[in-house]
Formats: sequence, C-alpha cells, structure tokens
Amino acid sequence: MTKLDARIPSGPLADKWSSHKESIRLVNPANRTKLDIILVGTGLAGAAAASTLGELGYNVKAFCFQDTPRRAHSVAAQGGINAAKNYKNDGDSVYRLFYDLIKGGDYRAREANVYRAAEVSNQSIDQLVAAGVPFARDYSGYLDNRSFGGVQVSRTFYSRGITGQQCLLGAYSGLIRQMAKGKVTMYPRRDMLEVVVVDGEARGIITRNLVTGEIERHSGHAVVLATGGYGTIYYLATLAVGSNATAAWAAHRKGALFANPSFVQIHPTSLPQLNDYQAKLTLMSESLRNDGRIWVPKAKGDKRPPNTIPEGERDYYLERRYPAFGNLVPRDVASRAAKERCDAGYGVGETGLSVYLDFSGAIEKQGKKAIEAKYGNLFEMYHKLTGSDPYREPMRIYPAGHYTMGGLWVDYNLMTTVRGLFSIGESNFSDHGANRLGAGSLMQCAGDGYFILPVTIGDYLSDKIKEPRMPVDGPDFDAAEKDARDKLDRLMGSGGKQTVTSLHKRLGRIMWDDCGMVRDGGGLANALGALADLKEEFWRDVKVPGRQDQLNQELEKAVRVADFLELGELMCRDALDRKESCGAHFREESQTPEGEALRIDEEYSYVAAWEYQGEDAGHKLHKEPLVFENVEIKERSYK
Amino acid sequence: MKMKLKIWRQASAEDKGGFVVYDLDGVSQEMSLLEMLDYLNTTLIERGEEPVAFDHDCREGICGCCSLFVNGRPHGPAKDTTTCELRMTKFAEGSTIVIEPWRSRVFPVVRDLIVDRSSFDEILQAGGFISANAGAAPEANSLPVSRDNAEEAIDTAACIGCGACVAACPNGSAMLFVASKVSQLALLPQGRLEAKQRVRDMVAKADELGFGSCGNMGACEAECPKGIKIAHIARLNREFVRAAF
Repeated sequence: MTKLDARIPSGPLADKWSSHKESIRLVNPANRTKLDIILVGTGLAGAAAASTLGELGYNVKAFCFQDTPRRAHSVAAQGGINAAKNYKNDGDSVYRLFYDLIKGGDYRAREANVYRAAEVSNQSIDQLVAAGVPFARDYSGYLDNRSFGGVQVSRTFYSRGITGQQCLLGAYSGLIRQMAKGKVTMYPRRDMLEVVVVDGEARGIITRNLVTGEIERHSGHAVVLATGGYGTIYYLATLAVGSNATAAWAAHRKGALFANPSFVQIHPTSLPQLNDYQAKLTLMSESLRNDGRIWVPKAKGDKRPPNTIPEGERDYYLERRYPAFGNLVPRDVASRAAKERCDAGYGVGETGLSVYLDFSGAIEKQGKKAIEAKYGNLFEMYHKLTGSDPYREPMRIYPAGHYTMGGLWVDYNLMTTVRGLFSIGESNFSDHGANRLGAGSLMQCAGDGYFILPVTIGDYLSDKIKEPRMPVDGPDFDAAEKDARDKLDRLMGSGGKQTVTSLHKRLGRIMWDDCGMVRDGGGLANALGALADLKEEFWRDVKVPGRQDQLNQELEKAVRVADFLELGELMCRDALDRKESCGAHFREESQTPEGEALRIDEEYSYVAAWEYQGEDAGHKLHKEPLVFENVEIKERSYK
Repeated sequence: MKMKLKIWRQASAEDKGGFVVYDLDGVSQEMSLLEMLDYLNTTLIERGEEPVAFDHDCREGICGCCSLFVNGRPHGPAKDTTTCELRMTKFAEGSTIVIEPWRSRVFPVVRDLIVDRSSFDEILQAGGFISANAGAAPEANSLPVSRDNAEEAIDTAACIGCGACVAACPNGSAMLFVASKVSQLALLPQGRLEAKQRVRDMVAKADELGFGSCGNMGACEAECPKGIKIAHIARLNREFVRAAF
C-alpha cells in the first residue's frame, strides 16, 4: 500500500531549501554521463529541465507530441512571470511572494514547496535574461515590472502579451544547445502511452510515433513528466486543443497518486464559443471588466442585435445582484453568474453561451482614445478572432476551463509515489493550492525545470550509478507495450458510429455542468452516473477511422478522450469528497448566510491524494494533512 | 454557407498526392478556417472517409503549428493573421477555397496538409542560443538593455516559426526566420559575445539544408503573420559581413 511521505526537510521555513541542497546526495560529473533521463513534455518546465540536466552531464531523451518543443502550450501564457526581486522597492520579498501564493491558493498548498517556488523565482529571472529573453525594460534600461493578479506589489516581469512564448523560446534555446552537444536527444511527434515500472521503479516509457504509428520502447534511469494540465477535459477550454492528461494518467495507473484532481481554475473572460465546432476559447485579459458593463437581454431568447435592445430591456445582472461590487466582483463570482444566466436561457449569440461586455458607456464618458490606450491590443485581438468590432458592438464573453492546480502528487523532491518517476510544472499539484495566482505558472515551470528538479533528481540517481542501461526487451516492457497496443486495438476495432469529438463534447458538458466552478453533492452524483454511462458508450460506439500504423489524428484524440473519461470520474469523486467551497470552487452546501464561499479548515485542510486500484476497483483516498506554521490562516473576503 | 473546397490529399510522404474537391454545406460565417476543416472532417468521418490531416494546436496564433496555403497565400488572405485566426467571413458564399500544404522542397509533406519543418530546429541548433548554463547567470539587472533595443528585440522575437516566410518566398529562402533570431540576439548585450559564430553557423546551416538565398522580394514580410520586418534581414547581412572581420 502506498504511504504518503512528503519528506519535507526540518528546520525553519526559510532555510529548508538551502539545508536540503546541502544534505542531499549528489552524483559526480563522471557518473552523470552514464545516466539516462527520460523527460516527457517540453514546455517551459520540460525544456528548462532538459537543458539543465544536459548541462550537468546527464543523457536526456526528451519527448513531445508537437513537431517541435517550440510549440508547447507554455507558449500561450500572456501576462507574465512573477519574481520577488523587489526592483520597485515596494516592500516585496520572498516571504511576501510565498504569502500571496499560499493565500491565493486558499490555504490548500504545502508551505515548504510554495516557499521554495518563491525563493528560486529570482534565479529564474536571472537565467531567462541571460538566455536572451527580451523582457520589457524601462528607459533606464533596467527591467520593468507590472502589478498583476490583484497583489499589492509590482513583481511581474513581462514581454508585452507574449511572455510565455518568450520564456519558452528561451528555455528551448538551452535545450537545442544541448541537442547540438549530443546531450539531449529529441523525439518529437510522440505520445507517451505507458510508464514501465520495474521492481517498483520507473525505468522506461512506451510511446507511439505519431507519424508512423510505431510503438516504441525507451529505457532510462529515471522518468520525468512535464506534461502540463488537463483543462481540455471540459472540451471548451483556453488550452491548446492537443493538451491532454494521457501521460499523467498512465503514471497514475502505474501507482502515482493523483492529488486534488478537482482543483481547476475557470477563467471568466474568455471569448465565447461562436459555433458548434469550436473547442478553443481564447482568453481575454480580465482587466476589461474595469470599464466594461456586463449584461444580457431581459427577455429569454432575445435575438435582436445588442445595439437595438433599449436600455430598459437589458439586465445588468452583476450590478443588480451585487450592487456594491458590480462588474468587479471576484473572478469565480463573475463566472458563476454568467453561467447561471446562460443556463437559464438568457445567453446571447448563436450558441446562447455568452454574455455582453459593453464599452459604449465608457467610450461615451472617457472618449474612444482613452479606451483605445487601455485596451487597444485586446480590442484588436477580439476583432480579429470574432469579426466584430468592440468599439461599435458589445463584446461577447464566457467563462472557460483554464488551469489545473491538481495533478500528480509529489514529495519535496518532486518525485511521485512511484520511485524514479518525477513530475514538474503544471502536471504536478505542488504549488498553487486550490487556485493559482496570475503570473504564477511560468514562475513554477521555470523554477521546477531550471533549479529544483536538476538538484533533487540527483538524490535518487546517486543510487543508480552502478546500474547499466536497461535493455528494453524485459517482461515489464513487454507487458507495458501490450497494454498500449490493446488499448489502441480496442479503439481501432470498436467499429462504432460516433465521432470522438462528439463524445468529447458530451464529456465536457457533464464536467462543466456538475464539476466546474459550482458543485453540489447531487450534481456530482449524477455526473458520476452519466460518466459511467458515457464511458461504456464510448468504448462501444466510438468511431476511429484510418489505421493504427499511420498518422492518425482521430486515434490520437480517441486515446486522450478515453483517459479523460476516467480522469473525469476521479475529478467528480474528489469534488464530492470536499464538501467545502475553496479557492476556485464553490460548493453549494458550503456558503455563508450572505451566499459567499465558506472554507472549512477543520475538516478539509488536506491534500487529497487518490490511489488507483484497478479498472473497476475504484480509488482509495489518502490524506496529506496541511500544516501552517508560518502564515496565519485568514477568511477569504471580497471586501 | 455553401463552400467548394479543393484540398491537397496525400496519404504519406511517399504518396504522389493530388487535389480532391469537396462540396460542404452548412458552413457558418462564425467559424474559423480550421473549424471549417473540423466540420468537413466530421462529415468525412461520418461518411466513412478518412479526415484531412492538418497541423494545429493553440488556435490563437501563437504556437506556430498551423500553416496552409489558402487560395495561393500562406495563412490566407488576411494580414497579420495565422490560419487558425482566419475567419470564414473572408470568403464569399459559394466560393471555392483552395487549400494546400506549405510549398517548399525543404518542408516535405508528411500527410495531407502536414509538412515536416524540423529543418527550422536544425537551423536554431546551429547557433540560435546564448551559451548560458543555469546557475551561472549574473543578477538580471546587472546588464542594462536600452528600451529601444529591448522593444525591437521583442518585435523580432515574436517569430512563431511557422514557415510562412519560406513558403511565400520564390527562392524558398529562410532568411527572415534566420534573421529574426540573429537580430534578436544581436540587439541584446548578452548575445554579442557569440554573435559572429552564430550568424556564420546559422546561415551556413540554412544553405546546407537547401533553403534558397534572399532576393529582396519582400514576400516574406508581406505574409509573415507576426509582422516581422525585412529590415531584420538587413541586420542579418550586416552581422554576416561583420563576422568576416
């Protein structure tokens, strides 16, 4: 049976990471060249880890499903990357960044890991700048910062609205430099289908070559997953459409516990779904709510163009329901209210799944110039993506699945409950608790990849220096390959009638309705039933055209949706277990008399880590209690 | 809307390939071009045919996965737009849309509309980096960068590596792609130390891979979805000449 031991170093919070680095075991440079590390996923976390491990002398085999690591979804992060540099002299510090992260995560993250994430953030900025990332500068030539995510200091480094792209390309440049030196071998267009566990330790993976369909075996002395989040389970999401949980789920099935799977962040101001074939909902900055007024028609199903609907026939529902805060209510409240109106039939647009965000009043009051100066680039992006001009017509927005705080459970060394199997970046659960602070994801990815994993993995690998490369023809590899092939054969052979996408849409709808930003026990129980039925229907009636031994994008999708169907069940179970409102989630049964979210620390101050027990055997819950010794736990307040 | 689609179909790299015409009814003006292809694929799968393979991922114009020649132009008729951002409002009811993969010998077709652009990674591998190991970096603010240089570096660093410049160029030159990286790193003090080696190695690699040379046509700039200026090729040339001394 799996036992949770987070292996948090003793001593004062601020000294834990230094003392840990001083005491953990190392691998000497000559021995590193004998060790192979498999790294799956080459976004910011993965690329940073690949380059750093290569620099240290390890042999890295890196895998991604895209045609090049340059395209991993870190590329789409817009806002920026946090660090506690205190360049603005506004009182920032490592402790303050740590505190904001813990508070932002609504006291559901582990203190020691979060403090370390804040601690290494400064080094990450140094490294990215050295690698040539063109962060914004002020006129003195020094780095500029902006305030982000409602914190009281300016600590966010940025490159216009393309910070993620720039950070990723910086890390990628380190990765290709190691490729040129022969220390990193890149395997693009590969899906990881299985982890190979030999005598309780991760020693390899099974991949599918997405061009030839070939099933491949790879061995190494350790396996690192940097495979991102699973927000695409909702079908409608701000993520790249290829983002998936397949590698993490394969690890989970082989014994890696999955932590807080239901912790998902929904973003309130995404572009709406314009037609039934659109899955991707592009994110728009939340700052738009500073000047825009949100409304829907008072009459159900009113299809008139917005500008022809008279003032008296509009329902400014946020202003109506929350007179004090109006359109500036917190993110989750705004998201919930939009969903409520649309579910009740008042939504606008072809799909009825959007609400208006109207700037006409602001333009009248402040002038078009002033609005253009504040939001020009966002208006332009909106115009390009929707064909509608927000200076003339209200924008349409809708909430969408965005970031997954949950992920593989890891200890302080970022190792999962399977020895030798590590998880970094968004794919682990480590740093964001029940909600992620803006500009926190790039920070975590860079820190994990450049400065944490390359040190902590040495502690594990120091035991492996005498172990030769493992041949890939052992029984564990045979079994793992067989599992992978069986699944592919089953999907190809189903001979059903329904497209993968149509089934994914239905899965997304179930998750969105009952395991999104608002949950209640009844809805979650219904969802579990509906998911079980849908899973059965999927395997019986899915239609996958083409062949396995060729480039087959429908098969790729089918594999992902098959895993999402299982992950969805686990998300609902996790949400069902947590009968409190916390972070990004509102639990109907847990609210104050005023209808605000009510966190219940006495009962739910733990990490929920779920153990896979077999296809039909359900999951077992392990609880890692959260202990707060360095922050005072406070009530969440909108005031 | 009703559309006529003329799409390049090619089962594999070895297959000869050819155009196939599809009549598609029920296209919405609110679709993007790629969503229209998703819709087409749904109808193909339902009819028991194989869907059209095409590269895509972020669907917001930043990952550089999507490509496609649309009516003879890379990323279609709209300016500063990737194919995933291209709206069906750009096309008239009943019109024909011709969709092909990137046209370049150095980007061989993998299947249907998917091409192999790994040569771009090889160019970057030749020198598109600063040799800065993690742990050795100095304090980030120890090296000021003028605001103008930083802004221009961001302009050129915005390259998404999609390959439209190569596909648009009559010579199949990758010079705008090479220039965007050379120029970005040349504008930053931390990139100057390796500048000479970088420009020599990257240009040599592009030549070796079979990309053509720049003829100052400007097609790359006209078609670049990120608006990267041909002036960066001028900086590339200057860096290249400087590297000789």
